[in-house]
Amino acid sequence: MSDKDSSVVLPANEVVSNSIVARFDGEVNSDTREGYEGYIVNANMLPEVASVLKDELGYDYLSSVTGVDYIDEDHIEVVYHADQTTGGKGINIKVQLDRENPVVPTLVPIYPGADFQEREVFDMYGVHFDGHPNLRRILMWDGFHGYPLRKDWQEAYYEEDVKPFDSRWPGGDFKRSEADNPYGKNVNYPPGFDINNWAPETDDSLYESLQKTTSNGKSLHTDSIVVNIGPQHPSTHGVFRMVVALDGETITDLQPVMGYLHRNHEKIGERNTFLQNMPYTDRLDYLCSMSNNFGYALAVEKLMGVDVPERAQYIRVLMAELTRISNHMWAIGFLLNDLGAFQTPALYAIRARELILDVFEATAGSRMMCNYMRFGGLARDFPDKLRGEDTVQFITDLVENRLPKAIDELDHFLTENEIVRSRCIGVGVLPPEKAIAYSAGGPLLRASGVSYDLRTADSYGIYDRFDFDVCTRSNGDVYDRYLIRVDEMRESTRICQQVMRDIPGEGEIFSGKPQYNVRVPAGESYGRVENPKGELGYYVVSTGKTNPYRYHVRAPSFVNLTVLGELCKGHKVADAVVILGSIDIVLGEVDR
Amino acid sequence: MYGTGILKGMGVTIRHLVDSFVDDMRFLGQRYYSDSSMNIRQGTEGRGVFTVQYPDEKLPVPEQFRFIPFLLYENNEDGSTTDRCTSCGICAKVCPPQCIWIERSSDPDTGRPIPEPTNFYIDIDICMNCGYCAEYCPFDAIKMDHDYELASYNRTEAHIFDKARLDKPVEYYASIRPTDYLAEETARAEVIAKKAAKKAAAAAKKAAKKAAAEAN
Repeated sequence: MSDKDSSVVLPANEVVSNSIVARFDGEVNSDTREGYEGYIVNANMLPEVASVLKDELGYDYLSSVTGVDYIDEDHIEVVYHADQTTGGKGINIKVQLDRENPVVPTLVPIYPGADFQEREVFDMYGVHFDGHPNLRRILMWDGFHGYPLRKDWQEAYYEEDVKPFDSRWPGGDFKRSEADNPYGKNVNYPPGFDINNWAPETDDSLYESLQKTTSNGKSLHTDSIVVNIGPQHPSTHGVFRMVVALDGETITDLQPVMGYLHRNHEKIGERNTFLQNMPYTDRLDYLCSMSNNFGYALAVEKLMGVDVPERAQYIRVLMAELTRISNHMWAIGFLLNDLGAFQTPALYAIRARELILDVFEATAGSRMMCNYMRFGGLARDFPDKLRGEDTVQFITDLVENRLPKAIDELDHFLTENEIVRSRCIGVGVLPPEKAIAYSAGGPLLRASGVSYDLRTADSYGIYDRFDFDVCTRSNGDVYDRYLIRVDEMRESTRICQQVMRDIPGEGEIFSGKPQYNVRVPAGESYGRVENPKGELGYYVVSTGKTNPYRYHVRAPSFVNLTVLGELCKGHKVADAVVILGSIDIVLGEVDR
Repeated sequence: MYGTGILKGMGVTIRHLVDSFVDDMRFLGQRYYSDSSMNIRQGTEGRGVFTVQYPDEKLPVPEQFRFIPFLLYENNEDGSTTDRCTSCGICAKVCPPQCIWIERSSDPDTGRPIPEPTNFYIDIDICMNCGYCAEYCPFDAIKMDHDYELASYNRTEAHIFDKARLDKPVEYYASIRPTDYLAEETARAEVIAKKAAKKAAAAAKKAAKKAAAEAN
């Protein structure tokens, strides 16, 4: 991290400040709390302010929407992060709401990408978004009572507010959590609830909300039917459900249903100490644990203001780029699975990934749950030997010869394959304006021709030292999303080659003394990286203690799903499977 | 042109089929169950069949591989053992899923704590193999193991490791992580040497002072 990035409080952008603070006199104020930045907006003025940001100031990309429950100040804050797709620092605006009756106007008409994220805030904090087209719970089930991320909500196995728990030491009174099995007691019932006269919630309202007919009116008079694809279905890459309304075999509407893997990652994160969250980030997008670590380390380092040694910086970039290659290999392999070529292409695609995992295993100690980065550096340096070879030689050979060869092989077999071409070209087209509006990220956005990549747009780490291109494709269909992944893998090998060329032979990999329980200065920070799937952001609020007060993950897979329904309309059922495959989701991250 | 994709794909399959026969001839029936051939099969020059015949064959794990912690004890010359653990509780505090329970010993007469654990539990169903306990232990008393074959028939009891199940000798640690062990021993020796040097210097200074006083 260079010096300028590590400053805790960034100077407010004058242009923005002049145009919105002055124009909305008294309605918009700069956030002057210690360690905070951005603007506090009065709730009723939010849509106007957002329009000005989007239309006049060029903040056309809504990155994240989240909430924070400041229970002591008795308000809930909704935090919006917006960016310019032309690059540069983002901006955040906040709305402070009454805890008892939090109501805020929706931003969906201005930024359609706010749809799922607003639903998540509604689900987790009970904030009512006035005018939202489909304000239902998204991660919890419809009958769930309570708002899990509010500070006064407690989970079933609740022990204490924050870790470490007192029972662990020095008393050591061991007991299995299962021993006080909360079955039947593990949910809160609303007052007056009678379980004997209760009928389970059905999905009828969901089914009814779907649009049942195509608009052109030319179709045969077929019955409109609703089909559930999933939650247990190989094409959904996990437990995920697509509720599809069909006219014949044509999709007229599609609603994703998720949350089957919801474990309240963010609540766990607020119980954890800062350091304890690091291995949990591995479990978000479990194919990309290295770059998940990277984003979280950046967010906390911003608050702590620590520097990362030179060698550690290089290794971080190397690991993040190797992760990108392995993720894209996986994505391409399983896209072919979704096309009906079961397993054979997938296994060929992930063969080279195995070598990358060997590097991770020998260095970090685990193939997928790496837990490799620390605040201020890395856990450990490269080992001397890797698979019996000198490590540096092994990695150099990997990025110079073997990975490029593997990528070429994929390219050779798939790019001109007639089945791939006929199934992918022209399917699921996402125009650039729509991609930006729906906050699509990563390959999904760049395949539509928008050259937006955080590695250059808001550079972090030492990415500014490397020579690489941000790849774009122009058609925005499934085929282009496949091609962009091949392109990006090639660019990643280029970066890796430069890393192996420039990396200092030896040096520190951690700055300062390793501490097991760090105290982080009070303030907020939004640390983000360009993950293989899109923008991964961590919104962390510290109150100066050893635990984060708020820990939010802006998960790229989750936000990318917002546009899924739009992409699938008018296509056949089989195409929906391919379109989902081309978005490349991991449910560990979608559901959190 | 239609059909080329299929031909290309079949070509790959045939190449691998042929490679597997080439492999057979190369190893003369010794393809499986021999370390030397496995190194070649799994190495960069490997062609043909990659498959490892688990559990008869196992891939060697790298030194840094981590799976479930264990506790270290030293074998003394007189046959007794000494725990390295002082029950300071850092591992229990840093543990992200809080799966470590430590019961600290205390003197039965005075009730004051003594630096060794009475019992030590790890619930391996909860352990997430992050390795923090090993990383932050100031006494090198808890380390991550390489033994990943922990399946059992009874999860409610067999998956709670108590101190007896966790204890392993330092020699075992030295055998699975030779580099780490060497580095730690060197660092420890340095610290001891430094302490001894400091002590010697202090003693010398004292002696000099005494001598000076006597001279006066």
